[in-house]
Amino acid sequence: MLDQTDVQTAPGSVGLVQTQYFTFPGPLRLTSGKELGPITLAYETYGELNSDRSNAILVEHALSGDAHVAGRHHPADRKPGWWDMMVGPGKALDTTKYFVICANCIGGCMGSTGPSSINPATGRPYGMSFPVITIEDMVEAETYLLDHLGIERVLCVIGGSMGGMRTLQWAVSHPDRVRLAIPIATTSRHTAQAIAFDEVGRQAIMADPNWKGGDYYGGPRPERGLAIARMIGHITYLSDEAMHRKFGRNLIRENGLEFGFEEEFQVQSYLRYQGDSFVQRFDANSYLYITKAMDYFDLTRPSGSLKKELSRAKAKFLVISFTSDWLYPTYQSREIVTALRQNNAYVTFAEITTPHGHDAFLLESRQLTSLISNFLSYAVD
Amino acid sequence: MPWTEPAAPPLPREEPLQRTAPLKGELEYIIDLVEPGTRVLDLGCGTGDLLKALQERKKVFPQGVDIDEEAIQVCVSKGLPVYHGDLDEGLADFGDRALDYVILTNVIQVLHRPDFLMREAARVGRRVIVSFPNFAHWSARLQLGLLGRMPRTRRLPYEWYDSPNIHLTTIRDFEELLRRERLRVHHRVFLRSARDGRLVPVRLWPNLLAEQAIFLVSRE
Repeated sequence: MLDQTDVQTAPGSVGLVQTQYFTFPGPLRLTSGKELGPITLAYETYGELNSDRSNAILVEHALSGDAHVAGRHHPADRKPGWWDMMVGPGKALDTTKYFVICANCIGGCMGSTGPSSINPATGRPYGMSFPVITIEDMVEAETYLLDHLGIERVLCVIGGSMGGMRTLQWAVSHPDRVRLAIPIATTSRHTAQAIAFDEVGRQAIMADPNWKGGDYYGGPRPERGLAIARMIGHITYLSDEAMHRKFGRNLIRENGLEFGFEEEFQVQSYLRYQGDSFVQRFDANSYLYITKAMDYFDLTRPSGSLKKELSRAKAKFLVISFTSDWLYPTYQSREIVTALRQNNAYVTFAEITTPHGHDAFLLESRQLTSLISNFLSYAVD
Repeated sequence: MPWTEPAAPPLPREEPLQRTAPLKGELEYIIDLVEPGTRVLDLGCGTGDLLKALQERKKVFPQGVDIDEEAIQVCVSKGLPVYHGDLDEGLADFGDRALDYVILTNVIQVLHRPDFLMREAARVGRRVIVSFPNFAHWSARLQLGLLGRMPRTRRLPYEWYDSPNIHLTTIRDFEELLRRERLRVHHRVFLRSARDGRLVPVRLWPNLLAEQAIFLVSRE
């Protein structure tokens, strides 16, 4: 355990940080036609905004992420924020140069307005009365935060997976507010396979007797269902090779095969651990809403042409994929790059060789770090 | 059902192409051929030296394609937009005459089908600049003709079995390909290294005396 001074002075760390909250009345008109308001966004910032407000980087988190990107909330925190390897002094998103912002998405459960928030109209949690939200809606909500922070144009929007979808959406919806866009391990639209995995996760939650139509707040939570959803998701984030390397057929206990249904293989106990720890921090209804938002994501709407829709973007792009990502395989990144090149956009595409699957964007990697830091330094005019 | 051990970890990816480096001063001749303010695609751009020079001196809009991850990293550190992938993939995205120049320096000899790529390059680019080592240079001829050995030269130092240069050509053979593909030659430069290392033009018997050839061509 680090004591407070260690946390404050650890090299490359942003140290102790606090989540902040910004509430605006809205109502936000959603893609579905419904309205949502008031809206609270939980967010964190690192580094200093410069005098001409030109050094802001907006980090977009993935499905299970939150506003806590880097540093620790308490000296005793076991783990730092989810992208601590990327954000801090001297890191790719160098907090001595850049003002880094990350907000929890709407629909989430880490401080931003979502299905577990209290509906001011009823005084009770929204549950399934929370309106269905989309990636576009998440981006629109963030524009209010940028306005609040006095930032007209960000230097960069960056994110992996669902964060990459939001990055693309930012560049298309608000072309004049984004100078650089770095979508990582992502897609321009959810494929049938991606929707299928999400659907199995949602069915697991909704089949849990504790789910009760989403109205479980104050009672037992649908933890089994959510844990199973997380396990399924987690398999899609890894790869055959990564799992084989990490677990092989290794057993938990040394005394041979047990011919039963208890935990036996290490991969089983790993998945169960992932599921069980996830339910401690995540709300099942948020999982439903956020996966649905990803399933609705289709950048080719409304014209049907990705090229046409991306032609609105003015940012310079760095598109990154990973060789072993089978959730959003490289070809899906190439589709984005093709459309951008056909539009004569400034775009760099890099495919990083890694066995770590989709989750590679969350792992320490020299290639990823240097691509991002160099792009930030040298792609700006 | 018996469970079979997955195959051993995959072999390391194919090693990056061992490129034939441009001759000292060769890029100057290529830079001279490019009009300022144009859109340029460098296929097999490597670490982006040519593109960077064109961007700085000719104010072109540069784009590169390369298959080597490390080369892409270097290009990004030069602020160049680059595409990580195969050369033919790198071209397929573009419509007819979408670019002013498509440049191939010392790469056609490593391609599986140089003729396909030449055709594609001439479709996408209004002009195509190709440079390649001349395999009919006298030093190669001596080795094959007198010694009866596969030529190995300073620029093509490989054994026949490990050479990435699988489609070596001569100035004569390349000109025949251009004729067959109905590609018009606008400019030709033949070069050899002088004793002091400087690159000098060859005017007499280029197919015998030139180490390097540069062509500026277009679809008629």
